[in-house]
Amino acid sequence: MDVPELRDEFDASIANGLAFLRRRLTGDYEVDDFGFDADLTEHVFHPVLRQLYRHWFRTTVDGSKNIPAEGSALIVANHSGTVALDALMLCLAVHDETEPHRFLRLLAADFVFRLPMVSELARKSGATLACNPDVDRLLHDGHLVGVFPEGYKGVGKHYSQKYKLQRFGRAGFVSVALRNRKPIIPAAIVGAEEIYPLLGNIKPLARLIGAPYFPVTPTFPWLGPLGLVPLPSKWLIRFGDPIDTTPWADQADDPAVVFNLADQVRETIQGMLGEMLKERPDPFED
Amino acid sequence: MEKSDAPRVVVVTGVSRFLGAQIAAQIAADPRVERVIGLDRTDPPGEYQDLLRNVELRKSDLTRHSGSTLTKLRAEAVVHLAVVSSPDATKGGRAAMKEQNVIGTMHLIAACQQTESLKRLVVRSSTAAYGASFRDPAVFTEETEARDVPRGGYARDILDIEGYVRGFRRRRPDVTATVLRFAPFAGPAAETVLLKYFAQRVVPTVLGRDPRLQFVHVDDALEVLRRSVVEDHPGTFNVAGPGVITLAQAIRRAGRISLPVLEPLLQAATQMGGVSLDQVDLFVHGRVVDTTRLVREFGFTPRSTAQAFEDFIKSHQEGALVTPSRVESFLDMIEAVRRGRA
Repeated sequence: MDVPELRDEFDASIANGLAFLRRRLTGDYEVDDFGFDADLTEHVFHPVLRQLYRHWFRTTVDGSKNIPAEGSALIVANHSGTVALDALMLCLAVHDETEPHRFLRLLAADFVFRLPMVSELARKSGATLACNPDVDRLLHDGHLVGVFPEGYKGVGKHYSQKYKLQRFGRAGFVSVALRNRKPIIPAAIVGAEEIYPLLGNIKPLARLIGAPYFPVTPTFPWLGPLGLVPLPSKWLIRFGDPIDTTPWADQADDPAVVFNLADQVRETIQGMLGEMLKERPDPFED
Repeated sequence: MEKSDAPRVVVVTGVSRFLGAQIAAQIAADPRVERVIGLDRTDPPGEYQDLLRNVELRKSDLTRHSGSTLTKLRAEAVVHLAVVSSPDATKGGRAAMKEQNVIGTMHLIAACQQTESLKRLVVRSSTAAYGASFRDPAVFTEETEARDVPRGGYARDILDIEGYVRGFRRRRPDVTATVLRFAPFAGPAAETVLLKYFAQRVVPTVLGRDPRLQFVHVDDALEVLRRSVVEDHPGTFNVAGPGVITLAQAIRRAGRISLPVLEPLLQAATQMGGVSLDQVDLFVHGRVVDTTRLVREFGFTPRSTAQAFEDFIKSHQEGALVTPSRVESFLDMIEAVRRGRA
């Protein structure tokens, strides 16, 4: 039996694969100043992550109309899940829901750039160090920047604290948005809390490997590598209305204004999380 | 557009080496410049003899400089290029390198301070001045300061050299001091240690790191140097080709084979020579600089990093194994087989 369309499709994917291989082996691709490799991200990272995104986590997205089609903005989201898979899924949501597709440039902790492999993958997928010069440059160049103000406090919190936003620290992201006159888009991610429920933290081991924490989950480290398989929770990602920061643009150094706005963003995200959890009472529903 | 008149007497240090010889010859060809005096501790190699025919050569060891030469010459501009980026085992190794870089610069700057006639001082520096740290921003502007004292010898020398220039600026505010922080050089004629590394068949890299690199084309570096001498450009400038290439990209474009090595092993290899700590740090962290200030102030944009490196590759085809053209023809073959079957 011969199915011509199927064979054409197969043929096309082989041809694309060869073209990709050709670019990679000859070094004929572009990398930006931050090390972002769009070719590799679109053709290798995204297809792999998309399997998780679609089939494992069954992710649904709403509010994507709030992501601007062009120009820069700061997307601020809650952080959870022991390892930062939520950040990668957020990137994919932004990419797949925008037309033309846009890349979310993540800001990561210095710990990420300390590690071999991880640092390489981070830079190639568009992440850079969370520091003022880099954010200013990304926003100036018209990029969408992804921030998780909770940092380790969010991603490494105990399972009992799930969906409770942690402190926003210095709220540096607000100052950055004000200084650059860019909107803040609050985003809420439901589902990441359940993938690796964090029950404990082996501090001496964390210190030994220089990590912020060493996670203990119901499956890790007990099941070894199997414990690295995330639990198949149902994910929802929502983008809220953009917050215009231009009215306070001259007050980027006023802590009162900064904390006030940070609280507003925090409450918006917490509110969205509450609504979304009502829509998804069972974390492992279909 | 010349912002100020050209100096009549120019002194170039490090004239026996590529960059010094080239710039001395270029400036000597400028009709507004009356005399160009080239200083170096050794005589220039024979191949530069023709190039340097209009340059007065003087043998002078900067590390034992008396200080009166510049005054006697009534020097109006000094171009300090006697800065070595890597130790040469045949010429005293790292100790001699540090002696020349640090002590040599110190003596030269002291002499410059006493030279009343001086109008301009141009100093070769390097983007190594930014050091290497995990907490560094992705792109360095001239204002970025090194987070830690770098462990690489060259980077430490560069910080010392720039320190002396800072002191000089304070004491002689009447002199225009230009510090040029060059990215690694590339081009057909450049013979740096880093480029020799890329000319090997197999290029050791750090496992799990694909650093962002920048190069500046030697001809563009010379143009920026020339303009710094004949025009007035006070300040510190990054001089690099816009854009980046990663180490893996550079190796693939050059048709070389990369050999990823664990970082501690490559570090251990620094003891045996062939690779320096400066280079290991570069291969771990990479280094990218912002050239906005250079482009704005000099009205000159160097060719891109990719173009500069391409120019180097063209003249170094002999060691290449997996050249882009061989990869192309191999893939073409697969493509043809596949088509044939379909």
